[in-house]
Amino acid sequence: MLNRTADNAARATPEPLAKKIRGISDKGLAWLFISPTILLLLAINIFPLFWAIYLSFTNFRANRPNEVVKNLGLSNYQRILGDQDIWIAMQTTAHFVFWTILLQTVIGFTLAWLIDRKFRGHAFWTTIILVPMMLSPAVVGNFWRFLYEPQIGLFSYVISFVTGIPPTNVQMLSNVELAPWAIIIVDTWMWTPYVMLICLAGLRSIPEYIYEAAEVDRASNWRQFWSITLPMALPFIMLAVLFRGIENFKMFDMVNLLTGGGPGSTTEVASITLKRQAFESWRTGYSSAFAIILFVAVFGLANIYVKALNKVKQR
Amino acid sequence: MSRTVVSKRSYWPRWARRGLMENIATAIIAIGFLMLFQPFALSLYTYSFVTMLTGTVMFIIVSKFPE
Repeated sequence: MLNRTADNAARATPEPLAKKIRGISDKGLAWLFISPTILLLLAINIFPLFWAIYLSFTNFRANRPNEVVKNLGLSNYQRILGDQDIWIAMQTTAHFVFWTILLQTVIGFTLAWLIDRKFRGHAFWTTIILVPMMLSPAVVGNFWRFLYEPQIGLFSYVISFVTGIPPTNVQMLSNVELAPWAIIIVDTWMWTPYVMLICLAGLRSIPEYIYEAAEVDRASNWRQFWSITLPMALPFIMLAVLFRGIENFKMFDMVNLLTGGGPGSTTEVASITLKRQAFESWRTGYSSAFAIILFVAVFGLANIYVKALNKVKQR
Repeated sequence: MSRTVVSKRSYWPRWARRGLMENIATAIIAIGFLMLFQPFALSLYTYSFVTMLTGTVMFIIVSKFPE
């Protein structure tokens, strides 16, 4: 059946084109097929990166395209790396990344470990747990804003029920102390299933006979967890931390929808500052330099993680 | 054939082997990263980018070195 289809396709190919294709080597044909993807990658990934590097040395403003572009050298970088507000934004980002990764990894691994017990209905519960991850961040941001509402929000009522504080006093998004935690809670709620999924893959890849051997040696459950489960799932946990770490450094949508960087600038993470500089102050050159700094930070972090991952794999 | 490989390897300085150099590059990146996000001194933040960039470029170069 397949042969017949191939024959028909070959017969349907015009003779001059068929001759041309027959004349191309295997390597040439491979390049022919892969070149559209490479061109697309160059156009939408590589070119903007080099363009941003070029702009980071200039005073270019995207809202004034006809203005003469001056070369400022390293001036943009010097100003960013001496700016106290951006330094604070970096600390806010670090706080946000640290807590989201810690909570997501601990809860995600625990959930994966429980799901791996294969209790009755575990497939159903796995699906239910995965739902938040499948939702759009815009939807999640909007409905959590309603949940956090002091007057009508369910979250405020639950907190009020547990602590006895009136629900109108639980102002998660407008309180300076609580607003960063409001975002951390939402991000953890949304992305813990993702970490769980990766950890579950790691737990399921551990061969059963290792546990059987440990049982024969009369190793306790606790000992089995520390000596078998955790070390063998570690590459997967590190992979999840790497993915979430890189994603959370670039975190924008959730913060923008929930607090917009406020109250004041308590939740102004680096990406929000970047957006304000690029599209509110229209300092394109300056914001390009900021983006390059963040890129180098994430790239360096990825290098460390990949190295650590290879080391763990080799054990 | 194998003798050629051994003599080729011996020309490469021992201190410039990939493992060691990658570890140094990783340490420089980690220090730069901590400098970027620490809340203690603005001067450390100022020099964080240069440190991270040095580490990253070094990592890219030394990862091509022989083991």
